Amino acid sequence: MSPPLLQVNDLKKHFPVKKGLFQRKSEFVYAVDGVSFEIARGETLSLVGESGCGKSTVGRAILRLFDITSGQVILDGQRIDDAAPNTMRQMRRRVQVVFQDPFSSLNPRMRVRDILAEPIRNFGLAKSAEDLEVRVTALMDTVRLPREALNRRPHEFSGGQRQRIGIARALAAEPELIVCDEAVSALDVSVKAQIVNLLQDLQREFGLALLFISHDLAIVEHMTHRVAVMYLGKIVEVAPRREIFAAPRHPYTRALLSAVPLPEPGAQRNPIILKGDVPSPINPPKGCRFHTRCPLVFDRCRVEEPTLRSAGPEQWVACHLEDGTAATAE
Amino acid sequence: MALLEVENLQTHFRTPSGINRAVDGVSFHVNEGETLAIVGESGCGKSVTSMSLMRLIPEPPGRIAGSIRFAGKDLLELSDREMRAIRGNDISMIFQEPMTSLNPVLTVGRQIRETLMIHQGLDKAAAEAHAVEMLTLVGIPEPKRRVGEYPHQLSGGMRQRVMIAIALACNPKLLIADEPTTALDVTIQAQILKLMLDLKRRVGAAIILITHDLGVVAEIAERVMVMYAGRKVEEAPVAELFRSPRHPYTQGLLGAVPRLGSSLTGTARRLAEIPGQVPDLRKPITGCVFAGRCALATDLCRQYAPGLEEKGPRHVAACHYAAKGAVAA
Repeated sequence: MSPPLLQVNDLKKHFPVKKGLFQRKSEFVYAVDGVSFEIARGETLSLVGESGCGKSTVGRAILRLFDITSGQVILDGQRIDDAAPNTMRQMRRRVQVVFQDPFSSLNPRMRVRDILAEPIRNFGLAKSAEDLEVRVTALMDTVRLPREALNRRPHEFSGGQRQRIGIARALAAEPELIVCDEAVSALDVSVKAQIVNLLQDLQREFGLALLFISHDLAIVEHMTHRVAVMYLGKIVEVAPRREIFAAPRHPYTRALLSAVPLPEPGAQRNPIILKGDVPSPINPPKGCRFHTRCPLVFDRCRVEEPTLRSAGPEQWVACHLEDGTAATAE
Repeated sequence: MALLEVENLQTHFRTPSGINRAVDGVSFHVNEGETLAIVGESGCGKSVTSMSLMRLIPEPPGRIAGSIRFAGKDLLELSDREMRAIRGNDISMIFQEPMTSLNPVLTVGRQIRETLMIHQGLDKAAAEAHAVEMLTLVGIPEPKRRVGEYPHQLSGGMRQRVMIAIALACNPKLLIADEPTTALDVTIQAQILKLMLDLKRRVGAAIILITHDLGVVAEIAERVMVMYAGRKVEEAPVAELFRSPRHPYTQGLLGAVPRLGSSLTGTARRLAEIPGQVPDLRKPITGCVFAGRCALATDLCRQYAPGLEEKGPRHVAACHYAAKGAVAA
């Protein structure tokens, strides 16, 4: 078997927060605290979880938008978390990103033509000026925007069209992996469907791998091959789509799924309503990070942190209840 | 008897590039204790409708016409003073973003007290006691401590609970909730939806729920009105609307949402797309507002706007073809 396209080993990112009058006392936000996963070529892995769980930080670490605290990010067998600037430059071409907000992620002063041409020039992909033009128009066709639109600026487009431009810009570099950070979350229902379909088509056409970061579980189920569920900077469960949606093992995954309102009036369901809020990542709870809200908490959860254990083929869960010797729930 | 009756509501805005007909002739009613959901995508006029009900549209550039009869009075004919006595008292509102709709420099207790002292004439001590009661009612732990805290000290879900406490403090007859859970995480959304359902049972207020999330609609609404480009295109009881949507736009919306669990039952399919975009509301629209994006549109649709017709019991839709069964799902 060929090595995975992307491998993340024990990734940690702690952001310092300054406190006090002279800003001497420094605490840390444990945004991502030991996360490991792999993505195969052409695969979609979704990172799901609520605000502040660290899913976007993982995406940004892979893009190396900042240096990580510890751990490894390996792209196609080569470490990129500590790569020198020249090597990194070439690696950046292979991992691109589509952001959530198509209003703030496109430069309002550039024409669409220049937005798309920039990555092609940066990475020296075009052989000539004609080749550049061919590539730029082909990108417009790929994302199904009219070619005449090349001379317009971002403000002349609707949200969905802007997101298409953002996708075209990511494709311009001919990447192998695209990080989609809540790429469809800001869009209206009917436009969201258009962009989801487009992403799926592009994945098939170009054999792209996607890291799909989202809080929308129905969209995730529709798009993904595998899912990693995050809570307070850790992965609590990772499994293929079928296992996550048919037989979720971690109590948090179950609660998350049961909380999604279904578009079926009168559907019989008993949502697991979690108590309280997500604790602060500055001072995450000791033991299992979910123990303060877990309906199945028992003594061991408060003192010992569970690690990811195999719970079936390709399914991994970080919960003491998955340990064969688990005590009964309180 | 209907608590609220809106007749031919038109809210237009003067803009440099022409008049924007954000809401263009919408009629609906809400019965006492009923939950009506208004759904539609950005720019369909759902929020402008709710702001018009509260008369929160700045005039000019806005202009509201038609009639809004609430408990027998036409709100559009009241003086500003009379309207102020209704806002926050008989009709109150919850907004999407609890951070921007709470005052950051006042304690939450003071903000709840304010409504009670103005509308109910309570003194400070009585209002304070009632504020603590309200916080308990909306499920905020340690309410005695929390009344003295500022909005930034609370989480998003807590802030939305405070907004609900303020909105319900004076026992309103009608609560307008504009995307009340859109900014919240799913587990917090589940808490807030459950709270709204519980409180509705206890307080008995009618609710107008404005949302784009069809899951939330199915969960708490009794009747649904679908808006598109400033018009009402369909209205039906919630089960009926989800079971047999008649308007092609409603059908498109329902087809565009993936269902949780669809990968397991083998019902997974490509999402339905509604091609194109919402028309520019600054230009006059002849014919059906949806004709430009509708797969079934004919010359009839492009020339004559369909009226709202009865398509079933309590079910109306504005489509020339819906009645013929050709588009019935």
